[in-house]
Amino acid sequence: MTVETISDSVLERHGLTRDEYQRILAALGRTPTLTELGIFSVMWSEHCSYKSSRVHLKTLPTTGPRVLQGPGENAGAVDIGDGLAAVFKIESHNHPSFIEPYQGAATGVGGIIRDIFTMGARPIALLNSLRFGRLDDPLVRRTMAGVVAGIGGYGNSIGIPTIGGEIAFDESYTGNPLVNVFCLGISRADDIIKGTASGAGNAVYYVGAKTGRDGIHGATMASSEFDDKSAEKRPAVQVGDPFMEKLLLEACLEVMKTDALVGIQDMGAAGLTCSTCEMASRGGAGIEIDVSLVPQRETGMTPYEIMLSESQERMLLVVKQGREADVERIFEKWDLHAVRIGEVTTDHLMRVKNGGEVVAEIPTRALTDDAPVYRRPMEEPQYLKEAHQLELARLGTPVPVREVFTRLLASPEIASKRWVYRQYDHMVRTNTLVLPGMGAGVVRVKGTQRALAMSVDGNGRFVYLDPFIGAQLAVAEAARNVACAGALPIGATNCLNFGNPQRPEIMWQFARAVEGMGAACRALNIPITGGNVSLYNETDGRGVLPTPVMGVVGLIENADTVVGRAFRASGDVVVLLGDSTDELGGSEYLNVIHGLVRGVPPSLHLLSEAALQHVLVEGAARRLIRSAHDCAEGGLAVTLAECCFDVGLGIDVDVPGVETTSAGYQDIATLFGESASRAVISVAPDRAADLLALAAAEGVTATMLGTVGGDRIRISIDGRRALDEPLAAAERIWSSAIGAYFERKRAIA
Amino acid sequence: MKFAVVVFPGSNCDHDAYHAVKHVLSQEAEFVWHKNTSLGAADAVILPGGFAHGDYLRTGAIARFSPIMQAVTAFAAAGGPVIGVCNGFQVLLEAGLLPGAMLRNRGLHFRCEYVHVRVEETDTAFTSSCRLGQVLRMPIAHGEGNYYAEPDVLERLERNRQIVFRYVNAAGEETDESNPNGSIHNIAGITNEARNVVGLMPHPERACELALGSADGRGLFESVINGLGDRSARTVPSSVAAAVGVLEQ
Repeated sequence: MTVETISDSVLERHGLTRDEYQRILAALGRTPTLTELGIFSVMWSEHCSYKSSRVHLKTLPTTGPRVLQGPGENAGAVDIGDGLAAVFKIESHNHPSFIEPYQGAATGVGGIIRDIFTMGARPIALLNSLRFGRLDDPLVRRTMAGVVAGIGGYGNSIGIPTIGGEIAFDESYTGNPLVNVFCLGISRADDIIKGTASGAGNAVYYVGAKTGRDGIHGATMASSEFDDKSAEKRPAVQVGDPFMEKLLLEACLEVMKTDALVGIQDMGAAGLTCSTCEMASRGGAGIEIDVSLVPQRETGMTPYEIMLSESQERMLLVVKQGREADVERIFEKWDLHAVRIGEVTTDHLMRVKNGGEVVAEIPTRALTDDAPVYRRPMEEPQYLKEAHQLELARLGTPVPVREVFTRLLASPEIASKRWVYRQYDHMVRTNTLVLPGMGAGVVRVKGTQRALAMSVDGNGRFVYLDPFIGAQLAVAEAARNVACAGALPIGATNCLNFGNPQRPEIMWQFARAVEGMGAACRALNIPITGGNVSLYNETDGRGVLPTPVMGVVGLIENADTVVGRAFRASGDVVVLLGDSTDELGGSEYLNVIHGLVRGVPPSLHLLSEAALQHVLVEGAARRLIRSAHDCAEGGLAVTLAECCFDVGLGIDVDVPGVETTSAGYQDIATLFGESASRAVISVAPDRAADLLALAAAEGVTATMLGTVGGDRIRISIDGRRALDEPLAAAERIWSSAIGAYFERKRAIA
Repeated sequence: MKFAVVVFPGSNCDHDAYHAVKHVLSQEAEFVWHKNTSLGAADAVILPGGFAHGDYLRTGAIARFSPIMQAVTAFAAAGGPVIGVCNGFQVLLEAGLLPGAMLRNRGLHFRCEYVHVRVEETDTAFTSSCRLGQVLRMPIAHGEGNYYAEPDVLERLERNRQIVFRYVNAAGEETDESNPNGSIHNIAGITNEARNVVGLMPHPERACELALGSADGRGLFESVINGLGDRSARTVPSSVAAAVGVLEQ
């Protein structure tokens, strides 16, 4: 089955260039078999090899005293005290979620959960970061409804709570939604398990679902071997089985307690191919498997198909010699069958046999460490100069503040996401201390005094307008959200969603965003322990807004000191931490009221941000802060309103007006500007002095704005009443906006 | 007292139930694997929430055939207290230990949120420490909690005072708005004629600690803990002490 001459079209269908093919010839010293070509094509794909992004990712800070596992394994891990580790990672499932929203999103959840328990950790929390087009588009509603149901369908069934997340909307995501899923698990710090294969003669086991033809992308099909008519019906998107994964999860965690394992890895992207060669490469060993032993769901599957299948819920284990029976017994208990398909070797080769015949024999390093790395050309995009121009005066007479306020509350980006999160089981495992919609997700760590806060954030508009600052703002916001809960940020994971890296302006956006992310993480002392890159997010040549998403994990020493976003009691003092300036660039105000993505994003001073977060964490630990809410989309007015929602507590505040050069825009800039490094907190009156002293000591501006109470949202600017709305009416707009899109849809259908 | 927490493949509230009775209420608790045929020396049985066997056919439809269910049925027949929460309630319906069936939620969405239920009966094994008419705030998390029963069954349930919990608003009023899933007669939980088996959709085990938002669910477990002392003469089938499979947490 050797392919004598590989045509350009075969290479193209495998996503390989002629140059890359030359490298394959050099690595093998001969012409590859078709199976080998398939193996190279998936391992050298952008998804597995990070060939365009690797040179940039290397610049990110990945170490620190708490880091137990940095990038390169299935997930990262940080020390959280009590001998425990938090194991976490974020991953994208964008393209499949557009093709088949329910299954695409569901299998995204399944994939990230496997990454966590593969490390020996019990998954205890999920978050997600989603991007869709505009909700008035029925296609977008269908996509969003499917994605939400899929995330719920998988997470609810397997019993891991989805405790938070974020959703944003922009037309650029219409044909390419973003579905980024984050999972966090807990393991003993010294029991973290690696994805390595070592020890010649140790058995390689396959366990979980049978292998089918799902997930083998049509584009990678080649030669007459695959012109079987059934091939045309084969789904490009995998189908998830959360029940199978639940069994795998419990069985694997039980096996991991036995000390019989050498290593374990899930079969995610590139399935059996990736798991075998990566494990062998990490362990400095070789690996030999026989595909005829692999449990198969369909008949007549070729070695090529078996190696490239992305069927879900499958794991590869390397078991210590002599311990095979222990492992088999545990899987039997869970009605799973562990099948021995090969063994670890010493020759540094990945050898694939089909019965007696060798169908592939490749040096493992050629597939992993020696995969191509590109430093792709970059160029500052043309659109930036024009997009940075923002003259408010040219937008005409300012829209009345009251109208802006209500329209922003009804904007899906700002409106309550209850319609979404109530479809997710967010309380199973009885650890959830802060429910979705009330701030960062917070779970307690049973058996300790501690709790973990986590948040995922990103703002595509800011990154579009300035990738360097935009990515910094994403780091700052995620960390600030965690700090608002009273947690010290201790680790991060990133998901980088960009367009086609072969376009120099996209590559420039990517590189600048990674630089910004690295600078912010270094300044805030938050190591990045892993993540995921998703490129080629575009439809018909138009890319999505560049969307790096940051997931930040924070540690709360005493779970009793957790802080939520909502006000707590009438009479409490409302304080704004941080400085407000005239910054409407890239704001939700411009987007909603004027349909513009323009200007320069808010400036960010990393030292001020660090100081603010310190005040938030310290203030919570000393129980000075009763509630804390990050000031983000929609600016100060929306933030203040959100602090009132869900608890029926109004406010009466007076805020200082910002200086602006745009005549007539002072109120808008004051109320809806999105200056970074700000938070609205509430403090009991008798603790206000202590809080102000703490802020002063850190050099953070703290402005007493007024008090909590009443049933109205009353905001004055420099003593002049600017907004006076009944709380109930404002809350109704905010809480019903997203559901209304879907109810309307049902009414029409 | 000792609680047996039955673990089906796909159970996912088993650890929560164990945590609630063992660590919050300081009782003994043991996981019992569904392939076991004995409940051991259990004084009360909890069928936890989750997706037993994946619930791919119909919720609880496969779980009723698990070997342990014979022991659960015998235990219930002898008057032993059995509570089924969420998926556990669905299993009790499928196993015929409680009457009626579950439909998809009205609105067809999975719903996870706090609801209020009113205690309608206090002479069951799991509500004897509650007050009649007491309003409890507990979470729900289900896609199929729309309880249904044929008119004659429903009539019998009402007549025999077998409806234990109804969905109400915070003020304790039975309204359509307060019904999260469309259940007939706002039914959130029922009991059998002997009043020792209770099934409900809300999760009392998630509402045992104020730190999580509510401790209203404790009353259900306290009822059975207190009740057992009063009925020390009660005979529980001493299904032979075959080894009870203990799962580690």
